[in-house]
Amino acid sequence: MSTTTTSDRPASGIETKATHDSLADRVRAMQSVWILGVLVVIVAIFGVMQPSTFLTTGNLTNIAQNVSIWAVLAVGMTFVIITAGIDLSVGSVLVVSSVVAAKVMESMGDTGWGTALVGLVLSVVVGVFWGGLNGLLVAKAKVPPLIVTLGTLSVALGSAQILTGGLDIRSAPRVLQDSIGYGRLAGVPAITLIALVIVVIGGVILHRTRFGRYTYAIGSNEVSARRVGINVDRKLVEIYAFSGFLAGVAGILSLAQYGTTTIAGQSLTNLNVIAAVVIGGTSIFGGQGSMFGSMVGLFIPAVLQAGFVIIGVSPYWQTVAVGSILIAAVYVDQHRRAAAVRAG
Amino acid sequence: MSALLEARGLRRRFGRVQALDGADFDVSAGEVVALIGDNGAGKSTLVKALTGNLDLDEGEVLFEGTPVTFHTPQDASRAGIEVVHQDLALAPHLDAAQNMYLGREVMRSGLLGRLGFMDTPRMRQEAAQAFTDLGSAVRSVVTPVGSMSGGQKQSVAIARAVAWADKVLFLDEPTAALGVVQTRNVLDMVKRVRDRGLGVVLISHSMPHVLEVADRIQVLRLGKRVATYPGKGTSVEELVGAMTGALEIKEGAA
Repeated sequence: MSTTTTSDRPASGIETKATHDSLADRVRAMQSVWILGVLVVIVAIFGVMQPSTFLTTGNLTNIAQNVSIWAVLAVGMTFVIITAGIDLSVGSVLVVSSVVAAKVMESMGDTGWGTALVGLVLSVVVGVFWGGLNGLLVAKAKVPPLIVTLGTLSVALGSAQILTGGLDIRSAPRVLQDSIGYGRLAGVPAITLIALVIVVIGGVILHRTRFGRYTYAIGSNEVSARRVGINVDRKLVEIYAFSGFLAGVAGILSLAQYGTTTIAGQSLTNLNVIAAVVIGGTSIFGGQGSMFGSMVGLFIPAVLQAGFVIIGVSPYWQTVAVGSILIAAVYVDQHRRAAAVRAG
Repeated sequence: MSALLEARGLRRRFGRVQALDGADFDVSAGEVVALIGDNGAGKSTLVKALTGNLDLDEGEVLFEGTPVTFHTPQDASRAGIEVVHQDLALAPHLDAAQNMYLGREVMRSGLLGRLGFMDTPRMRQEAAQAFTDLGSAVRSVVTPVGSMSGGQKQSVAIARAVAWADKVLFLDEPTAALGVVQTRNVLDMVKRVRDRGLGVVLISHSMPHVLEVADRIQVLRLGKRVATYPGKGTSVEELVGAMTGALEIKEGAA
């Protein structure tokens, strides 16, 4: 009976921990670590060129503050892209959320915490509405995510413009601007700390919970996810709604940071966030990606921007550099994956 | 003899095609039954009908002697019946343990579990144990299934099905794309599953594989069971003859 041919079978036991390869092998196998290396090199180059201005806490804090709002959006975008979807509407949803919140807070008149809290709740509700709408159209109406979110990008932005007549509302409550916009805790901008908490929670949900596991499963093989009884449609609605929720949070953070709704200022936000997530190793074909990678991917454009200003290169070069890095990162990633399959 | 899962006079028409034309089928606990037939004979339709993937025009399905209707694959699953589809339906980016527990994750106890946290070490341990018990070719439960060989993928899919099926396991062409050693391994796994007391239904075009593992062979032609042979003492020629209609046999030979 057991004349089992053993050549294809384990010699001793089955590996149950990721300890098979050496630590170095496993580290090298992660796209996010490879791209972290790129980030370190960029920081090192600027650091060597202008140590007195680049490597200062002031500059580094500045960079962190600049990526904070995008980081909040990138958390949701990472989930969406892992499902093999895309969310082009985040910038517009951010705008419409902050517009609704600002209008209501303005009408309430006072500038205390109560008003700010109402603004936050409204902003989040509006965000979840648009995200949920995206999810329903993707999951139930079966319209491709690219089209759905391109549509809601337009509709949400148009709604914001109708509500305001196209003019920014410049009256965020004082407490919001003072404590969140300009506030600091131990030298770290409050807005950065808030973003950090959201990123950590997002990372834990993605990598440790069943919700995160299903996110990967849907992107990896939707048919198999359905066959094992996962309610894929509902998960997709939840994931897009989560992205909308975070756009709502980003809307209120943006109000706090800039003191105004940024109706015309978010047209490239979606593309910047998507570029960061993809540079960080999340595959647009789904099933693969990490929260850590998305954060590294966010810092590369931000560091380049700050660095170019400091060394006196026209900041327009940053746009050129980021686009090139995006293509290079995906190119390298494709090759490494092909190599991994050959080796496996 | 009481069958574990039995089909009586199943009929199903798709447009002008009579896919099942009064088909019978039965499988008992602890045996491997091969289901063979030429393309279009109705094998897939029969399997779908028995596993909650297809509604019937006529006929009845009996599970442990009582008539049942499986409306969804989940209904069949709850009864202890699982199918390993030809495409395997694995998530390539997830590892073997994650695939095995997909949709039925083991959660941490207490508050963490209610918050959605999974008991990863336990799932890995139990997956490794399952693979060892089945003599699977899987060497690691923590590498993505997408980087595994065809035989290893097949064994992940079988182990997953066996982990949740305690009555009947359907295998659709499990050896179709495999090399010699891998095929050997999968056939050994099939025997081990049978030895645990499950009824195994093997759908295959490979007559040598069928003759090696099957205790009984049921031949389907034009939507009907045309013959049943014992696994021992039957030749490839007889099977091919029954499949193509070259041999006229009376149903109920074995």
